[in-house]
Parts: sequence; structure tokens; C-alpha cells
Amino acid sequence: MIRKLALAAILAAGLGATQATAETIKLGNVAELSGSGATVGKAWTDAITMGVEEINAAGGVLGKQIELSTYDSQTDAQTSRALVQKAIDDGAFMILGTVYSGSTIVNMLVTQQQGIPQIVGSEAPAITQKGNPYIFRSSFGAHKSMPKIADYLKNGLGISKVAVSWVNNEFGKGGHDAFVKEVTDRGIEVVADVSSEVAQADFAADVAKLKGSGAEAIFVYLHEEESARILRELRKQGVEVPIVGESTLLNQKVVELAGEAANGIMGHVGLTVDAPNPEIQAFGKAFSEKFGYKADHNAMKGYVAIYAAKTALERAGELDRQKVADTLHSMTVKVSDVPNILLDVSWDETGEVSRESFLVEIQDGKSVVKDTLPAN
Amino acid sequence: MPLFRLLALVAGLVLLVVAPMTQATYGTYVLCSWLIFAIAAMGLNLTLGYAGQISLAQASFMGIGAYATALITMAGIHWIVSVFAGMGLCFVIGLVLGYPALRVQHHFLAFITLAFSTLVFLVMRNEEWLTGGIYGLVGIPRPAFGPISTMNQRSYYYFTLVVFLIAFAGFYWIVRSPWGRAFKALRENPVRANSLGVDTRLITLLAFAIGAAYGGLSGALMSPLVQYIDPMSFTLIISLKILLMVVVGGSGYLFGPLLGAGLVVMLPEFLRFAESYYLMIYAGLVMILMVYCPTGLIGLVDKTVNAFRSKRVERGDLKQGAQL
Amino acid sequence: MSEFMQVLISGLATGSIYALAAIGFTLLWQASQTINFAQGEFVMLPAFFVLIGMHVLGLGLIPAIALALVTSVVLLGLLFKRVIIQPMLPHGVLPIVMATIALAILMREMVKEFYSAEAQPFPSMFSETTFKVLGATVSYQDVGNLVVSAVAIVALQLFLGRTRTGRCMQATAQNPAVAEILGVNIQRMVLYTFMINAALATIASVLISPIYLAKFSIGEPIGLVAFLAAIVGGFNQVRGALVGGLLIGVIDNMSAAYLSSEYRIAGPMILLIVIILLRPQGLLGTSEGRTV
Repeated sequence: MIRKLALAAILAAGLGATQATAETIKLGNVAELSGSGATVGKAWTDAITMGVEEINAAGGVLGKQIELSTYDSQTDAQTSRALVQKAIDDGAFMILGTVYSGSTIVNMLVTQQQGIPQIVGSEAPAITQKGNPYIFRSSFGAHKSMPKIADYLKNGLGISKVAVSWVNNEFGKGGHDAFVKEVTDRGIEVVADVSSEVAQADFAADVAKLKGSGAEAIFVYLHEEESARILRELRKQGVEVPIVGESTLLNQKVVELAGEAANGIMGHVGLTVDAPNPEIQAFGKAFSEKFGYKADHNAMKGYVAIYAAKTALERAGELDRQKVADTLHSMTVKVSDVPNILLDVSWDETGEVSRESFLVEIQDGKSVVKDTLPAN
Repeated sequence: MPLFRLLALVAGLVLLVVAPMTQATYGTYVLCSWLIFAIAAMGLNLTLGYAGQISLAQASFMGIGAYATALITMAGIHWIVSVFAGMGLCFVIGLVLGYPALRVQHHFLAFITLAFSTLVFLVMRNEEWLTGGIYGLVGIPRPAFGPISTMNQRSYYYFTLVVFLIAFAGFYWIVRSPWGRAFKALRENPVRANSLGVDTRLITLLAFAIGAAYGGLSGALMSPLVQYIDPMSFTLIISLKILLMVVVGGSGYLFGPLLGAGLVVMLPEFLRFAESYYLMIYAGLVMILMVYCPTGLIGLVDKTVNAFRSKRVERGDLKQGAQL
Repeated sequence: MSEFMQVLISGLATGSIYALAAIGFTLLWQASQTINFAQGEFVMLPAFFVLIGMHVLGLGLIPAIALALVTSVVLLGLLFKRVIIQPMLPHGVLPIVMATIALAILMREMVKEFYSAEAQPFPSMFSETTFKVLGATVSYQDVGNLVVSAVAIVALQLFLGRTRTGRCMQATAQNPAVAEILGVNIQRMVLYTFMINAALATIASVLISPIYLAKFSIGEPIGLVAFLAAIVGGFNQVRGALVGGLLIGVIDNMSAAYLSSEYRIAGPMILLIVIILLRPQGLLGTSEGRTV
């Protein structure tokens, strides 16, 4: 009896799926709205929502309105896989998300099998290196950003020994491997290699190890809160050498949480609302007015993703998934044509993105763009 | 078996067979994962509901089964081999883990399994040469049986259903056998069971090891379903989720864990309207259930049914503590 | 050498805070056989009471902490005992375990939904200025944390050993039936235990949040460590939980520094297994007379 009831309920839930109508273009956004990645997924989703509203207000795409459905992956890879399938069953033409690399690596198999273009905000190099013809990024893979950092360490700072602190998950591992390869190629020795756990709170031992290694610079590749914690501990133990990082380390959230300990850190940032470009400034302003908090790089990734989808649809000219994927594979979008794409950008045949990026330093609690680095 | 129950069982079976035909790929996938978690929950039910031991490592056993299956089938050996290897491995590990824990004190199995689940996660994540590390293993083949392939989602569902039914029959047999009665005696009153000549430690240990093997079996079904496994799918949180399935459904009842698994797997669907409040509602419901009916949902049904029945049949002499 | 000292001292400083959480854990166990899986969330939540006091009500740090202490004792002590634990006590350990797991989820989600999903900076009561001890950098914050934890634990010990109420509580924990015959109001004693647990959790929260940051998800690792510390030290001894907390703090740091950072948490876990095999009652525990 009970099983009957349960099954009846399951059937009812399944039948709730609506049919795609020809009037709208359905997009499925699968993102981390709960669990450990909730902050990241929220910024990503908010920016996409904003983009969709703008596009619809301006008349939609190909004369149709965009209908966005958002699914909560709970920052869990298996759930995200199931939900990507659900989004496809619900008639999604394209999938946006996920942001966490661990989830993307799992759920991109589903879109690949069914030929659905998917734009993700994940940075693990492996994602675009598996030969999946339907996967696209809206931000750099770590293997694109790490050479820029390695160049900076060698030429900008002139060091020969570096210590690395990284978080031991898909995000951190991918970044770590790419970083170690790039610096080693440039003749810089990695003298300490310290991994840490997600949500780790106590960084005393990590910092003691980094400090004792004799490194001339320390590279930090952790999530936001852990970055803030390690920065405080680095300052506390009186570490004097330069601290260098990639996007997350220079995130406003880290600066806010670490307080004074963040001053003086340097690094490479793929996307930042502090960039001097008028389009980015306009986006940053609109976003914080709408949602009441400052847009970070995850929000910008989401915004770029939705406008990449829009542009690809327009250039493909019809609702044909294969054609949209093919269009994206060699697509270059200029800000002069599509201001909302924020920066001139191109995608290559693996779905990897390339564009300008920034060298940023934290001064008095503010991120200051020191230099604009050319696309590689 | 009363006619009513037989009919209900047949109806349930028919529903299980018909269910995926009404569903798109996603629905079928959810049904598969329900059956798979139900097997894991069944195993934990043996440990918890029948032998009275808390295990916090059921997801780790799932993981061991899943990795064993992935590695063996990716080496080109048939799934059938891998499933026995995975279950055997879990059974042996269960014995090794349970023996010292049960030697000392009642609740220590919970602590040992807690530590064990963390260690298993670390090994899966760190030993890249074997497990693929944090990236996990990709491209696990789905088994084929002669001309029958299970690549299609619906055929994979039927494959899972067959395995599930075998597992359920096995479970039924275990709890109805003299062994199963020993388990129950043990849970009701360990001292008396001991005095009646039941080797309580051996029986508890076996219950735990068999429960672990069920965990391995569910893992062996999980990896071909997802075709990808990574360490994050087998953490302590997942073990707690399986524990929740058993307790919410009703531990110690034959159908309890199946219901519990269904609820936990499907609940996000039912509560989708609640959006971000859904976990809160879920947690609130579990707390209310535990406060008012600690025997779980099946217990709740039992209570309700009895409340109706007792109006008709009132036999005071059968009541507990009745004075004749 | 200086690296070793650094690791040791940092481990002791965080270990002392773990001990506070672990002691509350053992108190609940002794008083009512409650395994509180929401213990980590009990440490997570008061920090948000303080933040609400400061940012919403405009209080200073100290009044906000006082307010948080009262709120916690009422909500996490009184209400928790009366509404959740009490009705389940007759049904044994398992429903309580499940209900506290659910409670942990509920508390986490509520903080996330109604306060913020993001980590929040939290003001410290002590200066972050540092000085050197045998080559290791120590901050006044570390010293302050150690001192406050030590004072709280000593005060608790004195209360339990020297006052009438404290001895009644111990009697209740050791043998409720006899205590009742001797005229002890058992329910009230158990309630006191729950309130003390809430107070200790608040202290731990205020001490730990400046370093760990206030965040909805921070309870999980803290709860796990408290659990470990309680088992390692001895489930039925306040001193045991103290030693367990310090030991876990140090071993965690030592294994990160000298074993392998990838297998960091394996250190405490292996310690746990070894303790259970060799000394199941815990390092300082006495073997329990009654089985549960």
C-alpha cells in the first residue's frame, strides 16, 4: 500500500514536466544554490537572471523570449548530473552551469551524450581537455591563467623558489597541477607543496610549513574563506615574502574577511568589476543596484555565459543545437558589437575561452588593477 | 501470507514494472537511484534494525563496491565478477572492522565506522594511481547479458529491478531464517538471547558484515548507472543520508527502508515548490516524526491501522501486561 | 625547532576551544545519554546571535555576547531539552541521533537563509598583536583563548565538585534511580546540564569565530572534532574531554606538518581507532558501570 502511494506520487511528480512551446527558448541553469557552494552559485544565478531579464526586455532572441529554469545542484555532483538530465527532459535548449568543477566533470557527460551545448563557470583544466564537443567555459581554465602567473613570478618578481598552498578538490588540484607545470617549465623550483581540506579552519601548520620552506613567494589557491583564514595566519606568523594568487584570492569577499592581512597581495584575475572598462563598470553598477551586493567574478562568469548563449543563438540563426555548438567553437565576440559580453572574447575548438585579463594588487582593502595582460 | 498482503505485493511489483514507462529519462534515473539506495538501506536495516548497531559507513561500503566494480569492469571483466568481488570485499572488511569494535562496547561500532568512513574517503581521494584521485573514474561500462544491453536508461532500470528483487528476496530469507530470528531476539533482549544460547557477538558481527555486503552491491549498481564515480559521492554525509532513510522509513521493518529511501530520494521533487526552504521543511519533518513516532513512517502506519482495528477486535488478554 | 613549537602552540590554542565543545558533548551524554549530532551547530549559532546583537540591535561586543549567552541558554539549552530531547528519551539513542542530525540541518539552513550564506568577519575580544615564544609566533588572542577556556573548565569542575547542585548533577549522571530516591530533582538537574552545554558552546563560539569566521557550514567540522575529542578523552569525564580536545588539536596540526597534509585528518582518526581498541573508556575515562 505504502509503496503504491509512494509510486503514485513519483508518477505525479514526473508527469509535472511541461512541454516546450515554440514561443520561448528554454534555458536550464543548474547551479549551486545550497551546500558549500551556495555563495558562488547564487552570484552566478543572479547575474544570469539579470541577463535574461535584459534580453527579454529588449525583445528576446530570434524573436522569442528566453524562459530560464534554475535547478539547485546542492553542490553535489550526482545531484547535478540528475538535474542536468531533468533540465533536458524539461526541454532546455542549452544548459548553463555548474560552477564547481567537481559537478561539471560529472554532468557534462549527460549533455555530451545528448548533444546539448553547455556553458560552465568551472576552472579545472580537465573539463575542456576531454574532447567534449558541447562544453564551453565562460572563464579561463586554470591552464590558461597559470602561465600568466608564472610569467609574473619569473619576470615581475624575479624569484626562483616558490611555495604552493592549495585546496585538495577538483578546483584546487587542477590549478595546482597547472601551476606546478608552468613554474617548473620556467625554471622556478617548488620548495613546499601544501594541500588543505575544503572548509579547513586551522592553517597554523600549513603556514609554518610554507614559512620554513625558504620560498621567495607563496602562491595561494584556495576558496574564499580558506584564503582569508590563511592570509590572517600568514600575517600572524610574520611572513614577509610576496603572496600571489589567482582570481579567488583577490576576490572582494576575501579582502573583506581577511581585513588588513589582505593588503599587498598580488595576483592575476580573469574577470573583475574593478577593471577600468566602461562596460564592466556599467554591469557592476547595475548588478549591485539590483541585488544589493557587489558582483564578483562568479557573477561576471554567469553574465558572460548568458550573453555568449544569446550571441551564439543569434549567429547560428536557428534553434539547432549542433549549429549553435559549431558557432560557439569559433566564435569571437567584440564589445563594440555586444557590450554585455564585457570584454572582447574568443572560444577555441575545445570550448576554452581567451581574452584579456588583469594583474591586481590589494591596497588599503581595495583591489587596484595594475596592469592589463594580453590574451594568450 | 494473508490474501490482502499478497495482492498488495503483486500490485507493488506491477507498479515497479510499469513505473518507468510513464517516465522520461530523468524520472527513470531517479527510480534507479531509489532502488539502489533502497538496497543500501536494506543492508543498513539489517545492521541497525535487526542487530541494533549504528553504522556510519554504509556509503563507504557503497564506495568500495562502486570502485571495485569500476576497476574490474573497466579492465574488461564482466560485471557479474565485479559484483561478487565488491560484495566479498565489503563482507571481509565488515568482519575485520566489526570484530574489534564489538569486542569492547555497544556503541563503539558507530565510532569505528565514523573513523573508517573518513579513512576510506582519504584513500579514494589521495591514491590517484588506483582510484583516479579527486577526479574519480570516468567511462564505466554498463553490463550486457548476451544480446541484452543495458545502455538504454529503461533497460538499466529493469536490470536494477531484477537485482533489487533478488536482494530483497535474500533479505527476506535472512530475517525469516533462524538467523534472522536470532537477530531479532538480540535486539529485543541481548541478555536473554545470550542466555538462550545465541552467540550474540557472532550474530551481530554477521549482521554488520552482511549489511556491508549489501552496501557493496548497491555500489556495484551505482557506478554503471552514473558511469562516473568520485570520492565525494561516498562521504559521511551520504552515510548519514542512508541512515536517515532507514530510520525515517522505520528500522526493523521489512519495507521501512524502501519507503525511507523513496522519500529521501524523491523529497526534493515533492518540495520543489518550497524552493530554498525545502531542506528546512525536510529537517523539521524528520524532527517531528522522531518526536512523535520514533519507529518511523511504517511505525506510524502500523499505529494508525491498529487504532482502527482495535475498535473491532478487543482482546484484553493479548495486551501486554494484561491480568487474566 | 621553531616550526615544531609553532605547530604545538597553535594546536594547543585551537585544541582548548575544541575542548569546550567536547565537554558539553560529554555532559549531555552523562546526563541523558544524548549523542548530540548538532553540537557543532551549537557552536556555530551563537556567533550569529552576537552579530545580530551588534549589527541589528546596535549593541557593543560585550553586551552582544551577554545577549547571545542568554539567548543560547534559553534556545539551545531549555528549549532543546524540553521540546526535542525530553519526548524522545524513553525511545533510546537512535531517534535522538536522527533528530539532532535534522536539527543540525535546520540550524544551518536557517542561518544561511535568514542571515547570510557568506562567511562573516567576527570581532575578537583580544588583541591580534603577536610576540615570540621559543621561536614561535603567539598572539594575545591565542593566550586569551587558552585562558578563557581554562577558566571556564576550572569553574565547571568547581561547580560540579563543590556545590550542592553540582554534586546532585553528578549523582544524577552516575545513577539516576538512586539520585531520585535521595530526593534529587532529576529532570531539573538534566536541564541544568543542557543549559551549561549551551553556555559552553557560546563561549567556544565567541572564541573560535574570530579565527574561523562565522559561517553556517562551520559546525560540521567542529562537531566532528568535538565528537572525536570526547571519545578519545573519555566519554564520562570532563577532564577527559579537555585532554581529548587538546590532543586532537595538537595531533591534527602535527599530522599536517609532519605526516602528510593530504592525510591530515587521518591522524586523529587513527588515534580514535587505537584508543577504542586499547582503551575503550577513553584516556581518562573510567569504565562505565552501566551499559547503555
